[in-house]
Amino acid sequence: MLAAIIIVFREVFEAGLIVGIVLAVTGGVPHRNRWIGGGVLAGVLAACLVAAFAGALSQLFEGMGQELFNAAILGVAVIMLTSHNVWMARHGKEIASDMRAVGRAVAEGDKPLAALAIVVGVAVLREGSEVALFLYGVAASDGGSALSLLIGGLVGLLLGAGVCLLTYFGLMRIPARALFATTTALITLLAAGMAAQAVAFLERANWLTSLDTVVWDSAWLLSETSIAGRALHTLIGYTDQPTQMQLLVYIAVILATIVLMRLTGQERSGHAVATG
Amino acid sequence: MFDQITMPRNLILAMAGAIALLYASPGQAQQAAEVQLTYSNSQFQPSEVRAPADRPVVFRVRNLDAKAMEFESKSLRVEKVIAAKSEGVINVRALKPGRYEFYDDFNDKVRGALTVQ
Repeated sequence: MLAAIIIVFREVFEAGLIVGIVLAVTGGVPHRNRWIGGGVLAGVLAACLVAAFAGALSQLFEGMGQELFNAAILGVAVIMLTSHNVWMARHGKEIASDMRAVGRAVAEGDKPLAALAIVVGVAVLREGSEVALFLYGVAASDGGSALSLLIGGLVGLLLGAGVCLLTYFGLMRIPARALFATTTALITLLAAGMAAQAVAFLERANWLTSLDTVVWDSAWLLSETSIAGRALHTLIGYTDQPTQMQLLVYIAVILATIVLMRLTGQERSGHAVATG
Repeated sequence: MFDQITMPRNLILAMAGAIALLYASPGQAQQAAEVQLTYSNSQFQPSEVRAPADRPVVFRVRNLDAKAMEFESKSLRVEKVIAAKSEGVINVRALKPGRYEFYDDFNDKVRGALTVQ
């Protein structure tokens, strides 16, 4: 049972962190629960679907279907997170002055919420498909151990939900003014980390073979498989053996976000001066 | 408003595409060594395998059991879910001589090792 708790919790942990961050980012936005709940639900359904067809998915692209699928959905999440940051940069002024204005600004269009709902869905999908496969295997196997493993799985799920709530309430303690800067930084690093993970999947699939020299090995300092390592892996994309390409893409996403946010921020203030 | 929002997104897509075009190179310069394994009744068969050093390795793991397993190794830096009754292909980059343990992450009592020399 303990093994089941650990296996399930490890998978749900990452999704829990991401959902918690997204909840904090959208604090006070109307309809946000509907969107995020929808994202989680869609993610769970998609995870079951992926789990059901895991065998077929693996066979695609000469056995590299799983890796390429993961890289593709991570790519989608990176684009969604970045466009969210860019959108927020345009509305940065309202946010700095009045937190409630964000609600109004976001209510203008559901676009940023849809983007974040997709991010949530992708996070749940990625982690959930493994949980679904594991629990299905447990349920399919005979013997009395199945029930205790299922209970273990359920406890693991609840612990994951706990991580989500802790992340959310932790972030909500940050004053509104600082919250915007914090979540912008968090989302930028989240996107950069996901992009680096996508690179790792492309490297495993042998689709990316250049610049694949490992730059450093910091496993002695912080192993990627420890709990702290896993948390940092999700939050900022920490890897104990990054390749040159991973670092390059990581930095490129951060720079691209900064440049795009600057550009749209200026556009916005220019526009405001012209009309106001 | 719509143009403003689609512009950066297209830019990102274009950048990602450019990077992919620049660096994607199909095929491996060096011929990979193949290691075949089966997984049945919660056991790797064989559980001890060998591969030459300084050459990429390709694991072909056939899961004959009725439930999924996850082929994982910390030292090889791989993890891959292999569905019930299917085969998983795992690419590993060229390795230094040594012993590399792997296991089923869904049941970590099931272990095996790759010896590179």
